[in-house]
Amino acid sequence: MTAFAADSILVFLETTAAGELAKNSAELLGAAAGVGTPVALVAAPGEHLEAFAAQAAQAGASAVLSAVVESAILTGQLADALQQAYDLVQPHAVLLAHSLTSREVAARFAVRNKLALSVDALGVQRDEQGAIASHSIYGGAFSTTSAPTFGAPVITVRVGSIEARAQGQEPAVTALELAGGTTPDIQVLDLKKAESNSARPELRTATKVVSGGRGLGSTEQFDLVYQLADALGAGVGASRAAVDAGFIEHAAQVGQTGVAVSPQLYVALGISGAIQHKAGMQTAKTIVAINKDGDAPIFEIADFGIVGDVFKVVPQVISALEARKAQ
Amino acid sequence: MKIAVLIKEVPDTGADRALNPQTGLADRAASEAVLDEIGERTLEVALKILDADPDTRITVLSMGPDSIQATLRKALAMGAADAVQISDDALIGADLVLTAEVLAAALRREQYDLVLAGNMSTDGSAGMLPVMLAELLSLPAATSLSEISIADGVLRGTRELEGATAQISTPLPAIASITEALPDARFPNFKGIMAAKKKPIEILSLADLGVDALPADTARSIMLTVAQKPPREAGTIMNDDGQAGAALVDFLAKNNLV
Repeated sequence: MTAFAADSILVFLETTAAGELAKNSAELLGAAAGVGTPVALVAAPGEHLEAFAAQAAQAGASAVLSAVVESAILTGQLADALQQAYDLVQPHAVLLAHSLTSREVAARFAVRNKLALSVDALGVQRDEQGAIASHSIYGGAFSTTSAPTFGAPVITVRVGSIEARAQGQEPAVTALELAGGTTPDIQVLDLKKAESNSARPELRTATKVVSGGRGLGSTEQFDLVYQLADALGAGVGASRAAVDAGFIEHAAQVGQTGVAVSPQLYVALGISGAIQHKAGMQTAKTIVAINKDGDAPIFEIADFGIVGDVFKVVPQVISALEARKAQ
Repeated sequence: MKIAVLIKEVPDTGADRALNPQTGLADRAASEAVLDEIGERTLEVALKILDADPDTRITVLSMGPDSIQATLRKALAMGAADAVQISDDALIGADLVLTAEVLAAALRREQYDLVLAGNMSTDGSAGMLPVMLAELLSLPAATSLSEISIADGVLRGTRELEGATAQISTPLPAIASITEALPDARFPNFKGIMAAKKKPIEILSLADLGVDALPADTARSIMLTVAQKPPREAGTIMNDDGQAGAALVDFLAKNNLV
């Protein structure tokens, strides 16, 4: 029986439909290491479990619990696994990603245990009373901190918000035996991976993002966004107007009702900068905007703005980037 | 079929929203309160089921102060049969778990075949309430659906995951949450607006529901600090003179971004 550190932080690591450990695992373990001793839980359908446990240790988990579940997307059973890990470890706090699957696991787990939830945190600190989460509210207009009245907080962390990384550890793995749960789950009839260009960084975790708006004009012309993204090594996003016009899939929508990103660099092409769009990107470190309308609100928050035609300016940028690389 | 639709009044995302710096609560006077758009789309899903099957009865439920009656009345004008408002001073600043406990208690008073909600509100953006209700009511939860259909007591749909889509099904009763890929709501017509005036809005307190806002065994999440961030300031803005692209790359290089 493994003994767990008194200041253990239990970290739920998600696995993807593609059968990989989620990219945000290292940042969750990094956040946990800043406030205690990270203990990871990996729950997945059998085959890669051992490799996931080794990756978790390498990313800083001082102990890893593993559990075999039927499906990596059915959150009732994943919450059962988290429950068993929690009972065993008795951690100071539970950390999960604020991604679709993980946040549902967090919600189920908090309700079952009557624990306090801190949602969509951008950072985790601790004081003498325990872990404190910091948040950005109303699209970055306000910052708040939250804590539980008592007990271990369950904290979901915005993907891509934590820069700290933990030191790699030797794998120390404990396998959990799950008893049958009582929560009714839905049936998954078919699961399809979204087609993606694997060479391009994923939007949520990308350190650089290039987004396109209505100003791109058509699906064909939206290709310009991909060209600049590839020249910069950036992920691709879009405004709601571009998504509604069908230029790109909904998953790429940045903003109030889409993805919230906080990259090092955010480049907005042909995006006017409605409040709803700014809500999803104004916590970016550096913002660049290119738009032919000099009055577009995006320029009010841009660190560097160019008033001009994206179809003329972007090719200039790409050739200047290529010239720089060739030096 | 009985359908419960959960809706929420939120500050309009098209205006500057504010938190009260003393209390940390939403400043309801700072911006106009509107029915959250995802809530309108959710109601539209229920109305389409009603269009196809006139035996359907739609109840809208919402937690909030008296100002939400306008929002509920709008939902009644669009076609819901009745509305439930949960209002209690002890719910001011309620966290997610308490909100879920309260809504679950209100839902337990009727046998609903389907509980519909939006996947995430535009103010809290937690995306957690539907599964919390699923836990409290021991129901299956089909969340984040971009397509939904119901036939012979079975719900089928397309579930939008990050990097994947799943075809799912579950027998009713169940909870479902929808994404904004589903269509926008219809406008209430004049007949609907007139009819809504006579439709009932039941108002429930915590005592009516038998829910304790602060039971000793339940931890709550509390806000410790709140601060307004200084607005971002504009930096260098230039007109494209044919050299702007090169200037941008110099700027990126100076900031170690290329």
